[in-house]
Amino acid sequence: MSDAAEDSLPRLAPGVRLKFDAARDCWVVLAPERVIMPDETALEVLRLCDGKTSLGAVIDALAAAYDAPREIIAADVQALVGELSQNGVVRL
Amino acid sequence: MSERPIAQGQTNDAPAPPLAILAELTHRCPLQCAYCSNPLELAAARDELSTAVWQRVIDEAAALGALQIHFSGGEPAARRDLEQLVRHAAAAGLYSNLITSGVSIDRQRLAALVEAGLDHIQLSFQDSEAETAERIGNYRGAQARKLEFAGWVRESGLPLTVNAVVHRQNLDHLEDLLELALALGAGRIEIAHVQYYGWALLNRSQLMPTRAQLETANRIVAEARQRLAGRLVIDYVPPDYYAQRPKACMGGWGRMFMNISPTGKVLPCHAAETITSLHFDNVTEHSLADIWRSSEAFQRFRGTAWMPQPCRSCERREIDWGGCRCQALALTGRADNVDPACALSPEHALITQLALDDAAAEATSFVYRRPPRRGSARMAAMSEPASK
Repeated sequence: MSDAAEDSLPRLAPGVRLKFDAARDCWVVLAPERVIMPDETALEVLRLCDGKTSLGAVIDALAAAYDAPREIIAADVQALVGELSQNGVVRL
Repeated sequence: MSERPIAQGQTNDAPAPPLAILAELTHRCPLQCAYCSNPLELAAARDELSTAVWQRVIDEAAALGALQIHFSGGEPAARRDLEQLVRHAAAAGLYSNLITSGVSIDRQRLAALVEAGLDHIQLSFQDSEAETAERIGNYRGAQARKLEFAGWVRESGLPLTVNAVVHRQNLDHLEDLLELALALGAGRIEIAHVQYYGWALLNRSQLMPTRAQLETANRIVAEARQRLAGRLVIDYVPPDYYAQRPKACMGGWGRMFMNISPTGKVLPCHAAETITSLHFDNVTEHSLADIWRSSEAFQRFRGTAWMPQPCRSCERREIDWGGCRCQALALTGRADNVDPACALSPEHALITQLALDDAAAEATSFVYRRPPRRGSARMAAMSEPASK
């Protein structure tokens, strides 16, 4: 699957929401007949999937937060967003 | 409610909380699908749990850590209190899913369900073609109603999953079913081969796909997953009878799900009552947390300690969790035997032969799912649209 364009505006798909789960003491993604437990990076990406922040800006934000080379972060975020899109969690 | 003493040592290895509960609100259903896996002995309307008990169960499920609730049945919309229960689930913070045939919910009622906080709808289709679909479900006019209902769902903005149970009589239309899901704006399709329990087991010789059909279906699904990535999520449940390894039934016994029957019995899977040697506790007598953590039925096949060989030393034991207990019982006579879907089961040759024999069986008529007694048959009919 080819990478998503950096000017796309990723957003949570209809019926998907992030929730803090007190019983497990972690954030969870609730989606149609799916529950996903995001790791720390995935959670940060999902929080920025607001339909207003471009994929490029998501990559910039994470590169700054982790103080890491942009191309490395870009590859990780592209792979992650691609997977989330295939799972129906994120729309591009 | 009686309190149950927690068995020795159990507090140290208490199971993780369930992810979801399946609330089978009723066995009443306007459709009579030949592939239904509900038990042959359907619960009568008068024996169903009350609204108040379901509300308590919903609160207990949320407190126990469940994240989602699937309203199922039968047809859950046959309960007049469905909106009330959806509202209660939303207030408890549960993600709610309505699993429906779509033939008895009008536009106003759908709006009321959306307003109550429903999160998602799973709509069944028996086939892409009306004639076959309505023969499988034994309900004339169902297809048009379903299509209309799907339009209202789309209009409401709720996410939609199309559910298609596939078998010999509709599998040749799989590509059309995928097209149908796309045309209806579904974000997800669940293509599930029949699970042979309850009514489906009675109709197995009419439903079993041929191996050629299965191979074509597998190819269509693999191709569609590539082509439709990012547009349509495709969940696919392959058929056990042609399998080499068993499925992780319910993600493992007592690991993720609790199924609550219309009368309040709490089951590790919806077919578990076929294992008549197990006792299933009822929500009217015990708390959900007690049942989840320490009931005999949930403990019996939880984890790996109960497993026979070769399961117990198998490297896949925590992948498939030993497969399906109901199938082991139905086909080998013992619920604690190796699931015969596994090629390592001594009975595996039997299940393969059953598949080949059934797939070649002559076409006869279906045994349709019907309520047990005259009285409850009338009750079911009352909840159906007048035009049937």
